[in-house]
Amino acid sequence: MDPECSQLLPALCAALADPRQPVADDTCLEKLLDWFKTVTEAGSSLLLLEGSPCLVELLCQVPRAPGLSPGVLAFSLRLAGLLAAQEDCFQYLQQGQLLPGLFGEAGPLGGAAWTAPTVRSGWIQGLRAMAQHPSALRFLDDFGALDTVFSLQGDSSLFVASAAGQLLAHVLALCMGGPAGAQPGLQARDWPACAQRIVGHIEEALCSAAAPRVTQALHVLSTTFGRCHGPWGQVLWERLSPPVARLLEKDPVLAAHALVDLLLSVARSPALSSDSGLWETLAQTLGHLSPTQAGPLALGVLKLQDCPQALRTQAFDVLLQPLACVLKAAAEAPGPPGLPAAPAEDSAVVDVLLSSRSACVGLLCQTLAHLELLLPTPQRPSPWPQAALLGAAVTVLQFCRGSAVPASGVGSRLCVTLAGCVRVQRAALDFLGALSQDTGPRELLPRVFAVLLDYLASPDSSPTVLRKAFQATLRWLLSSPQPPGSCDLDPHTQRFLGELLPVLQKRLCSPCWEVRDSGLEFLAQVTRSWAGQAGFRDALLASEVPELAEQLLQDPESYVRASAVTAVGLLSGRGLHAARGSPERPGGPQKSLLLDLLHVLSTDSEGFPRRAAMQVFTEWLRDGHAEVAADPERFVARVLQAASQDLDWEVRAQGLELARVFLAQMLGQPGPDCPYAVAPPAAPAPGRLAQALRALCRVRLFEFAFRALFDCDRAVAQKSCDLLLFLRDRAAPCDGPQGMGGGPDAASAEATLQRWRAGEQGQPLGPLEPEAAVAVLRALDLEGLRGALAESSDHVERSPQSLLQDMLATVGVLGDHEADCY
Amino acid sequence: MKLYCLSGHPTLPCNVLKFKSTTIMLDCGLDMTSTLNFLPLPLVQSARLSNLPGWSLKDGNVFLDKELKECSGHVFVDSVPEFCLPETELIDLSTVDVILISNYHCMMALPYITEHTGFTGTVYATEPTVQIGRLLMEELVNFIERVPKAQSASLWKNKDIQRLLPSPLKDAVEVSTWRRCYTMQEVNSALSKIQLVGYSQKIELFGAVQVTPLSSGYALGSSNWIIQSHYEKVSYVSGSSLLTTHPQPMDQAALKNSDVLVLTGLTQIPTANPDGMVGEFFSNLALTVRNGGNVLVPCYPSGVIYDLLECLYQYIDSAGLSSLPFYFISPVANSSLEFSQIFAEWLCHNKQTKVYLPEPPFPHAELIQTNKLKHYPSIHGDFSNDFRQPCVVFTGHPSLRFGDVVHFMELWGKSSLNTVIFTEPDFSYLEALAPYQPLAMKCIYCPIDTRLNFIQVSKLLKEVQPLHVVCPEQYTQPPPAQPHRMDLMIDCQPPPMSYRRAEVLTLPFKRRYEKIEIMPELADSLVPVEMKPGISLATVSAVLHTKDNKHVLQPLPRPAQPTGGKKRKRVSDDVPDCKGPKPLLSGCIPVEQFVQTLEKHGFSDIKVEDTAKGHIVLLQEAETLIQIEEDSTHIICDNDETLRVRLRDLVLKFLQKF
Repeated sequence: MDPECSQLLPALCAALADPRQPVADDTCLEKLLDWFKTVTEAGSSLLLLEGSPCLVELLCQVPRAPGLSPGVLAFSLRLAGLLAAQEDCFQYLQQGQLLPGLFGEAGPLGGAAWTAPTVRSGWIQGLRAMAQHPSALRFLDDFGALDTVFSLQGDSSLFVASAAGQLLAHVLALCMGGPAGAQPGLQARDWPACAQRIVGHIEEALCSAAAPRVTQALHVLSTTFGRCHGPWGQVLWERLSPPVARLLEKDPVLAAHALVDLLLSVARSPALSSDSGLWETLAQTLGHLSPTQAGPLALGVLKLQDCPQALRTQAFDVLLQPLACVLKAAAEAPGPPGLPAAPAEDSAVVDVLLSSRSACVGLLCQTLAHLELLLPTPQRPSPWPQAALLGAAVTVLQFCRGSAVPASGVGSRLCVTLAGCVRVQRAALDFLGALSQDTGPRELLPRVFAVLLDYLASPDSSPTVLRKAFQATLRWLLSSPQPPGSCDLDPHTQRFLGELLPVLQKRLCSPCWEVRDSGLEFLAQVTRSWAGQAGFRDALLASEVPELAEQLLQDPESYVRASAVTAVGLLSGRGLHAARGSPERPGGPQKSLLLDLLHVLSTDSEGFPRRAAMQVFTEWLRDGHAEVAADPERFVARVLQAASQDLDWEVRAQGLELARVFLAQMLGQPGPDCPYAVAPPAAPAPGRLAQALRALCRVRLFEFAFRALFDCDRAVAQKSCDLLLFLRDRAAPCDGPQGMGGGPDAASAEATLQRWRAGEQGQPLGPLEPEAAVAVLRALDLEGLRGALAESSDHVERSPQSLLQDMLATVGVLGDHEADCY
Repeated sequence: MKLYCLSGHPTLPCNVLKFKSTTIMLDCGLDMTSTLNFLPLPLVQSARLSNLPGWSLKDGNVFLDKELKECSGHVFVDSVPEFCLPETELIDLSTVDVILISNYHCMMALPYITEHTGFTGTVYATEPTVQIGRLLMEELVNFIERVPKAQSASLWKNKDIQRLLPSPLKDAVEVSTWRRCYTMQEVNSALSKIQLVGYSQKIELFGAVQVTPLSSGYALGSSNWIIQSHYEKVSYVSGSSLLTTHPQPMDQAALKNSDVLVLTGLTQIPTANPDGMVGEFFSNLALTVRNGGNVLVPCYPSGVIYDLLECLYQYIDSAGLSSLPFYFISPVANSSLEFSQIFAEWLCHNKQTKVYLPEPPFPHAELIQTNKLKHYPSIHGDFSNDFRQPCVVFTGHPSLRFGDVVHFMELWGKSSLNTVIFTEPDFSYLEALAPYQPLAMKCIYCPIDTRLNFIQVSKLLKEVQPLHVVCPEQYTQPPPAQPHRMDLMIDCQPPPMSYRRAEVLTLPFKRRYEKIEIMPELADSLVPVEMKPGISLATVSAVLHTKDNKHVLQPLPRPAQPTGGKKRKRVSDDVPDCKGPKPLLSGCIPVEQFVQTLEKHGFSDIKVEDTAKGHIVLLQEAETLIQIEEDSTHIICDNDETLRVRLRDLVLKFLQKF
């Protein structure tokens, strides 16, 4: 601890212990604790206590000070725990009987302060911090703290209850396999008293008929096994697995979710997963739980590394059953292979699907989400029933639209339940989209396209469903197979595109802005990937989509305008823009899209369209868009001028990105883009450099970058700093003799910069010659500035000294008032 | 209680309810789908229509070619369009006491009923219903009368000939009863029989039943009706909506606890969500106009058009369509737009509050002021001077058989740039378009029907819990085109009773109580005795007086004074001579206490036997038997009247008299 803090600490401790000086802000106490944590982690807590007796004094006074705020009390408990985590310090505090005073009956436990959840939470967290060594365990046992922890498991505050469970798991793990003590014997009677009591308590709770108690016990066990790596875990599991298995005998199974968590936690533990009894329990559990409860367990089982194949098959069947059921409900003939046999009409899955709308929707959404999660993982079952799953996803979507023809009574009920259900529609569309990553059977492609088109075209699709439909469509389009050796689209896809574009046209005219926005996003994404496909280009150019997209630049909704800017920018960059002529005079002079987007950049009242415009401009510059390539300097100058006055920092930052691209084109790639380059890129020839610098001056890039250097937004300043550093390094050959760059021009520029730094940004810089610019660049301490900017803006305020001063200041103010009263 | 079903159309109902002593007609809808069998009436001479080939029988017989014309494989009657009336033979319509109208679409057959059946009763409807109904009738009469047609076809209606015709003419029902449109004179006469009512107003019908209109949320002034006596309640739900559109929201609470709920007028397009359809409408409108095409919207002059204009008001600026002209053409366009603004108390809350600002409740006023929306009585006159294209035209009639819409179909049908958007759900759009085929213009079907769908009905029925539901048979099975959609039918317990055209239903409940009033002075004379907590009884002797279906208990007249023999008898002398009634007894006899009392009074040697119905007390000495049962007590003793009276008095001590 630095001396300044040591000096401030006594006063602070005194203030904290004084009930008349309440701490206004609890976050200060949290910060203070964080600081103590770093101090104790870095060195001996005992030395800290010896060096700062005020701390001991604080801990002594706290239990005896009536009316102390719960925040300070909790802080003291946690601080004491933190300090006592080191065994020597624990002994030291024990000598003064400090710990019983805080954590025992003499402390807040059972007193009026105990009613505050903060205090109970502080008490548990203090013990949790302290419980790092055998002495602490003995302390817990001697003072009967465990009983209190047991009761706090059912605390009304969820934070307290959860912390109590965590503490028990921690103590159990420490007793059984902690590094501090020797490994206990594997016989239960050899276990430390603490462990025996906790295990006994858990056993008792597992046999209880009250679901909350069972849940608490299962949570403690899940946490314990989650961290268990020693052989003792096996012993513990052998002892506890019978009561756990007995839970399955009840119907319905109590605390099913917690049970699933526990079993998965045990199965993931390397020490336990070789136990064959465990796999049996898992198989039984999969069979016993209701379909909704078994879903998460099945997913967990399938994600396990080493798991018997039979169990994996069972788990996958559990996951697939609801979909098998849906598929059967709509199919006259048996569907594609891969799904388990559809359950009988009186099975649990069918019961859930038919019991109520919410149960049916819940089970289907969960199943679809689980399968979607499983899809990209290496553990996904093989063979993967792609065809059957595609069929099921399409059928679910058809049920939701009312277009599936039911083949049974179950089907008719599903038809009634699922018609118009937006949640299932969204989940099924997500799943359908995810299925696109596999090359499925080609013959199903038309069915997939048909259902997607149905959703995209339907007036009843809600905006969120439409968005998902667009996303799924994009994934299927981009993954659709291409005939070998051709850059054309496959005939199914081409036909689908032909039907899709009129629908997209209609969606771009939708009165609902979310729909227009989704449509434009889709257009941009598909263009980005397919601009080179002749089939796509022809279809798009034959449609009115590009023209409609351009009209949406004037949309009243800013998000739509932003998406329109992006889409139109992309279309134009890929040569897919609408033929532009004024409507009155077709064939007359073409209007420039560049001017339109510049207009957006300089006049749009919302930030999103302006940011989008800057991104389009940067891309155009990078890709050499025709309108830009005609006169890049004029283009850059206009864009930078508009961006420099923008109020949105992201637009200014994007302006620097555009400047960087321009610089790269003038001077070669900047360094940070190739951090692993062995040699720095060759510097440009001096003649070319001078020319480039003159160009930079003409487009007023220096003024833009210098101004950004003192931007009130740190991200902009940092970006500018990096840019100028690169520029300075590249401009080195232009140096000539030192001092040549000086002169009146540079001096006035530096003076302006000084004023900008002081916050007077209104002053213009005036025209700058390349030499003067380079001189100013060299005169700036860019490295220093970069260092300062790298620090977070509150780095000064975050020092512990500042924290202590702040806290003292708040209580000090209080003191002044008191003086005034007398 | 009986229900006579005169119309088979579920959204254009016409039923007659016989309830107590009243005969009530519920709605008076006119099925206009019959007009789809006729050729359109062009406002401007149409060479295409007049040159259509005549239709001949398969054997080459051409005797029908003057009456029937063929167009793109369909056969149409070349005559003045005719309408299918409600059944007039099922019940003598001159016996109908009152007609209750639920909304302006459901009163279009009124002149046929009130003017041609001997009807002498009263029609009840709200003011907006009458005013807008008048506009609809006026428009209809105008559309048909301004294109006079010389010939009237009747040959094809001959049953033997009809059989030989192609569908749908072959299958048309009761063509012999189809009638031409009424005249304005008949309309005026029919409307003069209407008495205006307000929501929740209670109207007494002959003292027998009370009828009350309730807001149904579907259209301006649209109502559901409660028809109730003191102990029975029938609700008539027709054309209701739970969506937030312009009318006052639906009053559901008052429908609770009905014995019978007659449910008609649900949405005709249960799979189409109105919001989605409005979106579809505007997307297609914008798409067409941006391509330089015109949009034609065949519609009624009132109803959904108000909501569409309101959406338009919000949408046109944002869609960049501010300079696009919108035309509303109808002989009653002006009145419709203005009427909508003056019925503030019939509008939803939001619109009502605007009136106090003061602002017009509907924003179409602003559209008109800013010249974005223009309205004309017909295509002739000013319209032809102002007409600019591309534009959007709202005009009638949605059947495409008469009205200005016929002209626009002929004018724009040839270009694929133009679009016709159907928003009214009453007519099949494919049938409506048949005489215009082949057609190049785009056709979009966006039916906007805000009436209840089956999900809403199921919630409504759960909420109001009627004992029985009666509905058209179409609602008790899935739509024929989607037989698997079991969700598109009414699902309630007990299952609904269904009806079809020309059917008579006996409604499933019996009347069990009648309310009788009691005069105050008679009530004063009653002395109630509390039998058990909360229940008191009193005997009453009075005269039951029944007049105008009201029953009143009046005090007995004073006994007549003996007068001279020659004086004529007074009316009151006819009243039967009433003696004071014997007191009634109540209570039960506690056997043990009774035995003790007997002993106290000197009886001995008493034996009590339990029987299935009560007890028998034996007085062996006196050779007497007292049989005490739940509802009777008998004293059996041999000719000892004194003993019997003694015992009787002892028994009576335990009972209450009143």
